[in-house]
Amino acid sequence: MGKVMKMKSPTSWNPFHYRIRFEKRLQDPPRWYPFVLSFGAIVLALVLGGLVIAQAGGNPFRSYAHIARASFGNLGVFSDTLVKATPLILVGLACSIAFRMRLWNIGAEGQFYLGAFGASYVVLRPWLPPETSAWIFIPVMILAGLIAGALWGFVPGFLKARYNVNEIISSLMMNYIAVAWNNYFIYAVWSEGGFQMSRMFPRTAWLPRLADYATQVPVFRGLTVHLGLIIGIIAAVVLWVIIYRSRWGYEIRLIGDNPQAAKYAGINITRNTIFVMMLSGALAGLAGVSEISGVVHRLQGSISPGYGFTGIIVAWLAKLNPFAVILVSVLFGALILAGREIQPSGIPKMIQGIILVCLIASDFLLRYRVRIINLQEEA
Amino acid sequence: MDPIIILQAGVASGTVLLFATIGEIFSERSGVLNLGVEGMMLIGAMSAFSTAVATGNPWLGMIVAMIAAGLLSQVHAFITINLQADQVVSGLSLTFLGTGLSLVLGEGLSKAGTISMLPVFSIPLLSQIPFIGAVLFTRQSILVYFGYLLIPLAWYYINRTRPGLHLRAVGEYPAAADALGISVYRLRYFYVFIGGVFAGLAGATISLAISPGWFSEMTTSGQGWIAVGLVIFSQWDPWRAAFGAYIFGALRRLILDIQGPMILFGINNPFFYNPYWGFFLQMLPYAFTIIVLVIGSREAVRKRLGAPAALGLPYIRGERGL
Repeated sequence: MGKVMKMKSPTSWNPFHYRIRFEKRLQDPPRWYPFVLSFGAIVLALVLGGLVIAQAGGNPFRSYAHIARASFGNLGVFSDTLVKATPLILVGLACSIAFRMRLWNIGAEGQFYLGAFGASYVVLRPWLPPETSAWIFIPVMILAGLIAGALWGFVPGFLKARYNVNEIISSLMMNYIAVAWNNYFIYAVWSEGGFQMSRMFPRTAWLPRLADYATQVPVFRGLTVHLGLIIGIIAAVVLWVIIYRSRWGYEIRLIGDNPQAAKYAGINITRNTIFVMMLSGALAGLAGVSEISGVVHRLQGSISPGYGFTGIIVAWLAKLNPFAVILVSVLFGALILAGREIQPSGIPKMIQGIILVCLIASDFLLRYRVRIINLQEEA
Repeated sequence: MDPIIILQAGVASGTVLLFATIGEIFSERSGVLNLGVEGMMLIGAMSAFSTAVATGNPWLGMIVAMIAAGLLSQVHAFITINLQADQVVSGLSLTFLGTGLSLVLGEGLSKAGTISMLPVFSIPLLSQIPFIGAVLFTRQSILVYFGYLLIPLAWYYINRTRPGLHLRAVGEYPAAADALGISVYRLRYFYVFIGGVFAGLAGATISLAISPGWFSEMTTSGQGWIAVGLVIFSQWDPWRAAFGAYIFGALRRLILDIQGPMILFGINNPFFYNPYWGFFLQMLPYAFTIIVLVIGSREAVRKRLGAPAALGLPYIRGERGL
């Protein structure tokens, strides 16, 4: 009887004597395993991306070799890579703190724009006269950017907490509003000579760059890395302390892991929702400040090649760990830097998309293990 | 600023949102939240336009768009149904993937030339009805008329047919549906596919009928996200979805038209004399989406109804593993 049942089971026609089975992991995988898995997902994504590039008539090897050379080839381009990585670090941190609480803030792009607006407002309104010392100028700009970004994060946070409005859609809608808001000021208020950009900021409103010290240290000549990188690293340390070493961070993690338990533990979810969205917005706004006063030095339209969206992938790839965010940001900074010259121009965006898809799919292997079963042995 | 023209054009551009929203209603009713609508719409718009340019046949373009977006949706289906990943993150990544793919594959397409559009015609008799005839049945694309048919059909299918009952069961209480012998996985795959097909049709509606052409990401300019918001506003009901979609369509058209005349309602038109105020008009559809979300969410709380109970949750059958 048992034999007959076996004949009817779907494995019996299997020409191979092996079968793949997925089993739920009973204990956590080793510490190195998630990193290897993420690395494997990236490799797979690059292979898949290469296939699409080849399909679209490009040469994937040339594209990838170009990305590597144009971003890590020498000290000069590596410095440019770090410049691109700087806003990604801050935006990646912004996304990771929100995602930690399972708040899907995908409005970092808009918060970035508002941060840039806040910093510009200080210079262009002008709140501070152009001859103000950099020691006052830069902190005030940073403060203005933090506040503007936090305000932009407050709206979806408040709507989520008060009316249970889906924060994904509301924060995304705020992005479009932010772009139109900035455009109004670029076109109508601060336009310089009819161009769609503001006037150049005074030198005291620029974040200092390594190249500024080339007279003392000749190696720094032409290096564009600016103070924003240090700000980003400091922010990562602060955020790490908040998440893993503070009571507030514990509350955030508990809400993210188990909102029911957090509620019974007496944690105020409403207040945390608003605060975390504001903190997330402030960090994204800081990225805007860093970009506008460290790189662009004026308010104009195209200040972001989608940093706010890349930040989502950075946060996810870094598994929401603030220090990993820094490393991942450098990789994605390279992709963005080199991607500017690659044809077709959508390649960096597409590769980012494929990487994210592969990463999410690979998370399955964190929860399940693959077993190859010898059917004959089992029989 | 002729109200009839605004409403007529509003119904036409609202049709895009209508298709995307109804598709997403099917997907969400089965319990799968798909935030990749924007990406699928872009893939649809791109493949529809490029097929129409290459073959000269817009119908073929429409079909290719539906298949392409439907296939893309299956990536999300696999990741969320089989691999049990978070539907929010997977949907987000699908938007990235769709956007990136459509940019790469649509490279140079914006200068590819013109296409022959899908047929535009008036319906005899119905177009004679005063006002309604002019708004709904005069010189509209065939896709707009298809939209009118889709609303009652979708409602009837979901609420009055046996497959519709299965669809709702899978989205509300998959374990019970499973016990009744309904294949939860298969149905979810199918309705995610349907959602993709309609998103692709929405994209094709843009690039083949409403504003023909390929303008990279600006082709959809966030309409996929507005559709996701409309699903919440609609309370997962096709009739309310249609209402929201057409209102949004009219709003988009109104924003374009309001800047034209020098005199508006007997006063000097401020938007004509301050053209830069147009940027604030541009914010309206997005601000309106947020308002609509607040309305939808409050109503859901008040009426104690709302999202399908299993929306966003993976279904794992007992000890079956995969």
